[in-house]
Amino acid sequence: MVSVLLLAFVVQARAAQNDALAQALTGLTAEDFPTKTDAATAVAATRHPNARAVLTAMLEGNLHFRTADQRVFIVQGDDPLTLTDPLTMQAAGSGATADFTKITTNNRLRKTLKGLIAGFDLSDPDAGVRLAAVNEMMRSLDEDSIVILRARVDDEKDDKVKDAIDTGLALADLDSDDADTRLAAVEHLKGNLSPDVYNRLKRLTERSDEGVHAEPDERVRRGATVAIASIDNWRQIYGGVETLFFGLSLGSVLVLAAIGLAITFGVMGVINMAHGELMMLGAYTTYVVQLAMPNHIGASIIVAVPLAFLVSGLVGVLIERGVVRFLYGRPLETLLATFGISLILQQVVRDIFTANNRPVETPAWMAGSWQINEALSITYNRLYVILFMAVVFAILLFVLKKTTLGLKVRAVSQNRAMAKAMGVRTEWVDALTFGLGSGIAGVAGVALSQLTNVGPNLGQQYIIDSFMVVVFGGVANLWGTLIGGMSLGVVNKVLEPFAGAVLAKILVLIALILFIQRRPRGLFPQKGRAAEA
Amino acid sequence: MNASTAIRHGWQKVVGTGVRSDRPIAPDTTHGTILYLEDITVSFDGFKALNALTLYVDVGELRCIIGPNGAGKTTMMDVITGKTRPDAGSAWFGQQLDLLTLTEPEIAEAGIGRKFQKPTVFEQHTVLENLELAAAGNKSIWHTLFKPLTGAQRDRIDQVLETVRLQDRRDFRAGMLSHGQKQWLEIGMLLMQDSQMLLVDEPVAGMTPQEVERTAELLLSLEGQHSVVVVEHDMNFVRSIARKVTVLHEGHVLAEGSMDQVQNDPKVIEVYLGE
Amino acid sequence: MTMRTPLMNLLLGERGTQIFLAVLLVTAIVVPILHLAFDAGSSLHLSSYTMTLIGKYMTYALLAVAVDLVWGYCGILSLGHAAFFALGGYAMGMYLMRQIGPRGVYADPVLPDFMVFLNWKELPWFWYGFDMFWFAALMVVLVPGLLALVFGWLAFRSRVTGVYLSIITQALTYALMLAFFRNDMGFGGNNGLTDFKDILGFNINAPGTRVALFVASAVALGLGYFACRYITLSRAGRVVQAVRDAESRTRFIGYRVESYKLWIFAFSAVLAGIAGALYVPQVGIINPSEFQPINSIEIVIWVAVGGRGTLYGAVAGAVLVNYAKSYFTAAVPEFWLYALGALFVLVTLFLPRGVVGLADRFTPRRREPEPEAVKA
Repeated sequence: MVSVLLLAFVVQARAAQNDALAQALTGLTAEDFPTKTDAATAVAATRHPNARAVLTAMLEGNLHFRTADQRVFIVQGDDPLTLTDPLTMQAAGSGATADFTKITTNNRLRKTLKGLIAGFDLSDPDAGVRLAAVNEMMRSLDEDSIVILRARVDDEKDDKVKDAIDTGLALADLDSDDADTRLAAVEHLKGNLSPDVYNRLKRLTERSDEGVHAEPDERVRRGATVAIASIDNWRQIYGGVETLFFGLSLGSVLVLAAIGLAITFGVMGVINMAHGELMMLGAYTTYVVQLAMPNHIGASIIVAVPLAFLVSGLVGVLIERGVVRFLYGRPLETLLATFGISLILQQVVRDIFTANNRPVETPAWMAGSWQINEALSITYNRLYVILFMAVVFAILLFVLKKTTLGLKVRAVSQNRAMAKAMGVRTEWVDALTFGLGSGIAGVAGVALSQLTNVGPNLGQQYIIDSFMVVVFGGVANLWGTLIGGMSLGVVNKVLEPFAGAVLAKILVLIALILFIQRRPRGLFPQKGRAAEA
Repeated sequence: MNASTAIRHGWQKVVGTGVRSDRPIAPDTTHGTILYLEDITVSFDGFKALNALTLYVDVGELRCIIGPNGAGKTTMMDVITGKTRPDAGSAWFGQQLDLLTLTEPEIAEAGIGRKFQKPTVFEQHTVLENLELAAAGNKSIWHTLFKPLTGAQRDRIDQVLETVRLQDRRDFRAGMLSHGQKQWLEIGMLLMQDSQMLLVDEPVAGMTPQEVERTAELLLSLEGQHSVVVVEHDMNFVRSIARKVTVLHEGHVLAEGSMDQVQNDPKVIEVYLGE
Repeated sequence: MTMRTPLMNLLLGERGTQIFLAVLLVTAIVVPILHLAFDAGSSLHLSSYTMTLIGKYMTYALLAVAVDLVWGYCGILSLGHAAFFALGGYAMGMYLMRQIGPRGVYADPVLPDFMVFLNWKELPWFWYGFDMFWFAALMVVLVPGLLALVFGWLAFRSRVTGVYLSIITQALTYALMLAFFRNDMGFGGNNGLTDFKDILGFNINAPGTRVALFVASAVALGLGYFACRYITLSRAGRVVQAVRDAESRTRFIGYRVESYKLWIFAFSAVLAGIAGALYVPQVGIINPSEFQPINSIEIVIWVAVGGRGTLYGAVAGAVLVNYAKSYFTAAVPEFWLYALGALFVLVTLFLPRGVVGLADRFTPRRREPEPEAVKA
């Protein structure tokens, strides 16, 4: 009995909604935009289940009416149009384009439509959709949307969405006639970092040319000034955090680029000018891996890391066996010879892959950013570079400190002759050390392929910076390289806003030249008699 | 410091000091002691190469320093010549010159010459050029660029060539000399420097017995005019020249005295012969 | 040779130097004659292009001599000489820019075109004085010289040596390149300085002027060569070589090693600056790419190919490598970098004394005890 009554009520209510929607739809066929705007608002006001679809279709230009009987349809396709009845959402056959008129929109109408659609999205089960809807509505706050938001605010369970609605309402309250309401709104907006809020508060403190305050009430003005100061403060802090983050990620790149160099230079006293080109080989390896597995871009990077290590490491061993080993004890000659090798490697790459930059794709899991709040977002690729550097560093530390190879490498670096006398095959250790340093360069190249253009000049861009890191950090000390690279990265990024990228680089170079006045052997110099030789 | 002295000091830094006769630095040895090392400590990464070393050398004395490997002999020479700065202690040349504030060339100019453990002559230069480089005199750029050697310097070179018996090798590249000849050449360079104090590190290593004998003669002949500090492992050689011997062990002085005294010192015996 | 003073005997007492001087004299006399005296149609005519090319080689040779002085004789592998060369070039370029006067595209009587283009209203202070040749000539010497003095003082004082020093000088060059690429530095940015009209009142493209520039380059090369030769033969030169072979030993016999290095470095930088100043009016342009780190290293390889530690070797190397470069980049451009790269490797591995050493090996004659650098 009750259920029958309820059913009857529902059916009756649906019928009433249908009528209202049909009524509102006729308004859409009007010529002038104000009438259409009113009609669209009316469509939304019916709260009919199909109202959102109608408005979306209108926004996308898919709402037409038959010229003959002014009946409105949602259409699809070109000629002939596939028709859908907006009242029932049933297919309604098709018709020739010539018989239909498109319901046109203008900018203002589209804005209204977006707001109205957002109103519907507010009740979407997905919190993300709701949040997007609130943000969309904030862009064009009018009385209607405020009513919708107010209706929603109590039902909203999700904190983020609720905060966003509160902010919207507070913004709306700023227009209230009641000074106390405005003051409360200002109070509420104090900790908000959104640029919309900031601009709106700023306007409250403004004064026209005649000296008339935009905001009549002094308390509100004072409140706004305090709120702005607080927001400025927070933005500055977040800005600092962001700069630090940028600096750390640049530093990580520098550490990755320099650490292989630190090994070859520190352990073997060999300066490898082809180090940059070994990084370049790593980057090209990534490119080739992606060519080989175009459907698994996400995994390609993971495959590329060991491959790049092998490719660059192998080339490194070849360089060591073929050239460098004949030049031990003659560092300046080594510098020249490896520079020659770097030219050859560049030209090889140019001949194989052309001189143009090669596109290396970023896997989906590395794209995008982590939005911490309105003022601070952290891009994933930078974050991953820092993590990646940490992992490579840890592995390297492990290899050098805990394995037999590491023991031998350190023995050779401290006293070559003695190590030889103890039965260490120094030749073999040299080749492996050089290969290790080169392999790390290749791994660094994989990281670089995600951050910069992959071209034949990739190596040259980083080689001087890498050397600076090694000079700054001191040779033969991984921690020195880590701290050196990180501090150079951070200093660079801190200087950049004041001095510009190029000048920042120059300043860092000058600072470094002055630094070696105090510490000619870097932050962590080798001590003792060995260092004097 | 007023402006004109500042400029003069700056100028000297770049071009070198004036002629040797009026060089501003020379040791004051009126108390009869030329070298004062007091409480010198040098550590490398926690390892103490020198541990509160105290040593005095008299004017005109020939002193031998012996000690096992790692006793700190070479490090001590490094400190005296300014190559290594100690962590603590003081080093004076005469009563006036604080060696710890002087650079290597300043110390050399003040009158301390050094012969290295490994013979280091300029191998690409001829024997003559090596001696010429070492010759006492004005070593400023202006002088070496535009002024020829003085007659006195030439005479001295001939004299030294004769002393070290390298007359017939004067136009040979030093790199082509035998090991012993290189040792001699380096001693010759030391003589050319005309230093008041000579530090000689293992002068007879790699020499034939005859050469050793002649080196002993030479060092003995220097006694009186120069203060000579000899570091040597060869005990026979030390015995043949030594008046006073200092034994270094683990960075400090273990014993000091005549060769006989030292050899009978139980601490020395323990260090050299074990428990 | 009618007057043979002992000094001249000394300076010329080396076969390589005699050959160098003879070739230089013949070139300086014959090339201008072939260019001026014969018509363009004549088979004996030497084109302006070829003469300029040879002139360019001579400035490179002077640059190579400068690098050889610091590297071959003093053991300082400077990767900053391209910067000194370019700075000298810029000083000359600034003079030439000011000489354009109202004949520029924008016809501004004072401001060079690029400044008008950037909407600048006044000449920057560091462009003052460059309308006078003597001032520009002074700057050609002073700017590289002072930079080398300051930089060298900082570096040598803290005993930065060997590879460290090379890297730091390379960083210096790199920093300068970045700076000169900036438009607001006031040196024409990316495009550099070009479109020169005249020098000392003579049209820079007139045959007479070009011959004069050519001869000036030859004279500068000759003077620079013999200045370096004098230095290397003097006692100071022997001290410098002693520093190269055993730096701390030199210190212990009482030489202020830092002063010697600083002085030789600065002198060499001045020579490089002069070479740059002669280079710019002949090629007609100077831009920041001259500061590229690779340029510095290329100069070093000229010296290595020729034979470091011999001045005539440096000259020979500069001419040989650059001739090869001109040839290859015209004939098989993609091959040049392979050739250059291989040159670096092969010379360091197999020809430590360069072609001069090679030539010595095949010409049996009296061995003179000349100091050679086999190891740096």
